[in-house]
Amino acid sequence: MQTQKTALYEFNKNLGAKFVPFAGYEMPVQYSTGIVEEHKLTRNKAGLFDVSHMGQLSIEGNHNLELALENIIPIDLKSIKLNQSKYSFLTNEKGGIYDDLIVTKVAKGFNIILNAACKNNDFAIIKKALGDKFKLTLHNNLSLIALQGPKSPEILEKIVNKVSALRFMNGNNFFYNNKNIYITRSGYTGEDGFEISLPNNLAEDIAKKLLFGGAKPIGLGARDTLRLEAGLCLYGHDINETTSPVEANLKWTISKRRREEGGFPGYEKIKSDMNGGLSRLRVGIKPEEKVIAREGTKIFSEDNEEIGSITSGTFGPSVNSSIAMGYIKYNFSEVGTKILLEVRGRKYDAKVSELPFYKKNYVR
Amino acid sequence: MSEKKFSKQHEWISTDGEVATIGITKHAAEMLGDIVFIELPEKGKKIEKESQAGVVESTKAASDIYSPIAGEIVETNQSIVDDPAAVNKDPEGNAWFFKIKIKNMSDLDELMNKADYEKFAKENIK
Repeated sequence: MQTQKTALYEFNKNLGAKFVPFAGYEMPVQYSTGIVEEHKLTRNKAGLFDVSHMGQLSIEGNHNLELALENIIPIDLKSIKLNQSKYSFLTNEKGGIYDDLIVTKVAKGFNIILNAACKNNDFAIIKKALGDKFKLTLHNNLSLIALQGPKSPEILEKIVNKVSALRFMNGNNFFYNNKNIYITRSGYTGEDGFEISLPNNLAEDIAKKLLFGGAKPIGLGARDTLRLEAGLCLYGHDINETTSPVEANLKWTISKRRREEGGFPGYEKIKSDMNGGLSRLRVGIKPEEKVIAREGTKIFSEDNEEIGSITSGTFGPSVNSSIAMGYIKYNFSEVGTKILLEVRGRKYDAKVSELPFYKKNYVR
Repeated sequence: MSEKKFSKQHEWISTDGEVATIGITKHAAEMLGDIVFIELPEKGKKIEKESQAGVVESTKAASDIYSPIAGEIVETNQSIVDDPAAVNKDPEGNAWFFKIKIKNMSDLDELMNKADYEKFAKENIK
């Protein structure tokens, strides 16, 4: 399959982007400044991310759509307000995760943001479950631009009036060049920021204005170090079809009503995980030596028993240390537990750590 | 110090009598991206030609560092362990990795000169 390009490909290229194939797209992994500098620019000022590879699905419908979606997603749509966003999953029959997603209630129904690598499969699953009763559109004509970092509200407000009034995990329609665009206050960096959904033909125009306003272009490399510092999962690594939301330490996403009533795929496994059946848990891990524990690194107890493995690991530029996440046997998952990580045949000291590694206050 | 010579694993080497100084090339440093941790060999360690002599961890990946020649490690550059980013800034200058007492002078004959290395790097690094 030929790799696809986002509407901002040429724009990114002209900014000096180094591209890598990612989920079938040619995506910028970094620009000339490098990952560490891009990471810090996002934490201290504002970073602009082209995330147009992600799936933007809209489903039109009313109350019946809410019920139909609750049958495949363990989300609580009874309590969702207009323009509110919630984080949830498409679960499978075994309680594993087909994809993690952000669902936003809009006037016509719901907007759902999907991972690029999963979006076609997600569409097929959702379409199959919903049948022909609702109109589903996976928008190829829309781009998605994330603006992240403390200066984001100030920069975006100059271009889009009143956008800084949005609260975290809320969105709304705004006018830009007399066109309707949808912006949410959300992101994947642990910073305050926005995700801007707009027609492809406006993407370059707004990106230029954001850069002019002081944002810097940031690639997928820094996006990964930022999200890991923020303790956020990367689909296909930290969560996948074999990890349940409870094992992934994400049971907070499932409301009391959904926990009690169930009615979504994999409920039996998820219920059992929540009622004492949990055998492993995703935890934060801090190596105590100068070593990076990358995906696949084996975790051992102090008694040399293999107790898990790392799913993501990197160097966190803002916390200035090696950081990782992984699945560990439940009885070793308490914060502070001493563990060993096997890297290049040697065992290194590490500790189970609190997540996130880096904490910021969102605008609630 | 002699003119630098270069290996296919992107190390540079310069000799002063029977001691050689070894580091990684500018191309290698660029390819690795931001370097965050460095592991150097122990002083006194005897190393075979083209065998592993250290590790460089960048935000992207871990890469082994090889010694292009055989010999015994006589000195390591602790300053790059304390400040790994120095390798991104000055890889072919102050940010050398280790010094090695050369076992076979003939090992040096197989290495490339600067012009040949530049050509090699251009063809092998995107």
